[in-house]
Amino acid sequence: MAKVFSAIGNWVTERAPNMMPTYRKHMSEYYAPKNFNLWYYFGSLAIVVLVNQILTGIFLTMFYKPGAATAFDSVEYIMRDVDWGWLIRYMHSTGASMFFVVVYLHMFRGLMYGSYKKPRELVWLLGMLIFLALMAEAFMGYVLPWGNMSFWGAKVIISLFGAIPFIGDTLVQWIMGDYNPADATLNRFFALHVIALPLVLLLLVVLHIAALHEVGSNNPDGVDIKKKKDPVTHIPLDGIPFHPYYTIGKDLFGVGFFLILCAFIIFFQPTMGGWFLENDNFIPANYLVTPAEIKPVWYFTPFYAILRVIPDKGLGVIAMFASIALLFLVPWLDRGAVKSIRYRGLGYKIALGVFAVTFLLFGAIGAGKSAEWIPMIFGKDANVSGIEMHFGWLLLVFYFGFFAFLWAYTHFGYEKTKPVPERVTTHA
Amino acid sequence: MLNFLKIRKTLRVALLALALFSAASAVAEEGEGLANAGVRVDNIAAVQRGARLYFNYCSGCHSIKYMSYSRLSQDLKLSEDVVLKNFAFTGAKIGDQIVANMPDKNSENWFGKTPPDLSLEARAKGNDWIFAYLKSFYLDPTRPSGWNNTVFPNVSMPNVLWELQGSQTAVLAPAKGSEEAHVEKLIAGKGRQSAAEYDETARDLTAFLAYVGEPAALKRESMGAWVVLYLAFFTFLAWLLKHEYWKDIH
Repeated sequence: MAKVFSAIGNWVTERAPNMMPTYRKHMSEYYAPKNFNLWYYFGSLAIVVLVNQILTGIFLTMFYKPGAATAFDSVEYIMRDVDWGWLIRYMHSTGASMFFVVVYLHMFRGLMYGSYKKPRELVWLLGMLIFLALMAEAFMGYVLPWGNMSFWGAKVIISLFGAIPFIGDTLVQWIMGDYNPADATLNRFFALHVIALPLVLLLLVVLHIAALHEVGSNNPDGVDIKKKKDPVTHIPLDGIPFHPYYTIGKDLFGVGFFLILCAFIIFFQPTMGGWFLENDNFIPANYLVTPAEIKPVWYFTPFYAILRVIPDKGLGVIAMFASIALLFLVPWLDRGAVKSIRYRGLGYKIALGVFAVTFLLFGAIGAGKSAEWIPMIFGKDANVSGIEMHFGWLLLVFYFGFFAFLWAYTHFGYEKTKPVPERVTTHA
Repeated sequence: MLNFLKIRKTLRVALLALALFSAASAVAEEGEGLANAGVRVDNIAAVQRGARLYFNYCSGCHSIKYMSYSRLSQDLKLSEDVVLKNFAFTGAKIGDQIVANMPDKNSENWFGKTPPDLSLEARAKGNDWIFAYLKSFYLDPTRPSGWNNTVFPNVSMPNVLWELQGSQTAVLAPAKGSEEAHVEKLIAGKGRQSAAEYDETARDLTAFLAYVGEPAALKRESMGAWVVLYLAFFTFLAWLLKHEYWKDIH
């Protein structure tokens, strides 16, 4: 048997001599720093979720029927009559939310340890493009069940393009293929969701990883492990082979733990109390009945809140796009030489903390929590929308202030950093 | 010693994550000021009683079109004969969807709108809402049906369970200042059931609609524990594997 395998191996190697070197370059001889901590699980978890979304998506596509007259019924058919259909659908809907959970944590990790800094700017840019593609993918996927929140969410989000001067209204109709989100909209979103955007996502993920492996992984100390190599083998002293130490050594454990959390949600709390699957989306799309409160799913609420606290629609849309666009520029706004938050100045630590809290508070506003929390804090006669708006402006200052601060703080040399060690200090 | 510390650290992170998750879902489940219906879909007897109530009082006007009689028979552990004899009043066959007995045209004439399909009512509104709704009808001569509801103001349907609950009447608080006139409290009427018995009725009916909203819930929860146990075992093995690999990394 072993002979047969090695014969097959030789046969392949003769015809594809670069295959094994490629494998070694990315797996068994890709040297990753040995000090990865908890924050370094989320990249591999994102891949696990991506694979889950593609596999469950394939099966959903077999039973889902795009079309305004058939979509909602076919989802219920999947939930009730298709064998294990409910499980596949919950895996897909939970996967969508968990995708954003791990991606947001992954991005935060990048900000914490300066993973976007030279020479990894390209890795960060490709990651941001993945984030954009993921948002488009999630938005269109959310429209497909054709519940009432699908319809109204689509209407609100697409109408944002109407804020563009001159061509806005025409553009909105062109996107929808109708005057309202309708059959044409649903069918094109289906096409984009199941084939166009997944291809884009996969390509970007491959490029993201390729760009990373070109320069090597950052680590919680922000130390360049390639500077200290073994004089004989030229292997970084603080590096260990990605496979098997991180693949089946560490990430498999992370995946197991992550799957336990996902299983809890899928089997015991599939709607997460309305956060992952919203109540109003169990009502079929109806252009005559507006839901009591139109709000996007939780992962879009921070950006939606920026739109909501700015009374002028045009300005709101600009601010919302800017809030994402500025993230692309972080590698150039931050001019500090020290990567990891462990050795950065107090100013950066505070700024990043404030930025993270601001993002979460925007998330709460976008999810409509103001109506609950403001009366709780200021008494039941409080002017909810007024307080929300003014508080929102403060948050806008914090959010956009982060980028301005980051630039000024590092450009003018205000940052007092600590000395960065020669070698990594810890390992898991 | 180091090993022991690491286990403790891992456990601590695990527990923290679980605590956060359960806290988040507990908060999310509270609902808005509605009493907890306390419904359990896996209580088959309650769902069966709810089904009987549903087909006696609701099915004339409301369809549950995503359910079939055969699915009811399987899930509620009732024979097909029993289901057809007790629940199908229109000569339906066992594989048929459960539709209302009343033609849409008539219902629109009588109530102003076709009574909605209730297949997903529990998922759209929540169990607590249905439970509260069933208990919140009161007599209101200003409404065409003679009934109103504090949970669903100006509802089109009358209280079809009035025989059981009795006819509640409302004490109105007059408008003052910025507040509009509103129902201050409901006074119980005399029905065939006591307040406690009617609570059970409303709860059973809610349980049935919760089941109808997601028949898979029966299988989902009973399977879930095994899946989580399996994954916990798998994760434990993966953790052992990690230690085996990492013991030579210093």
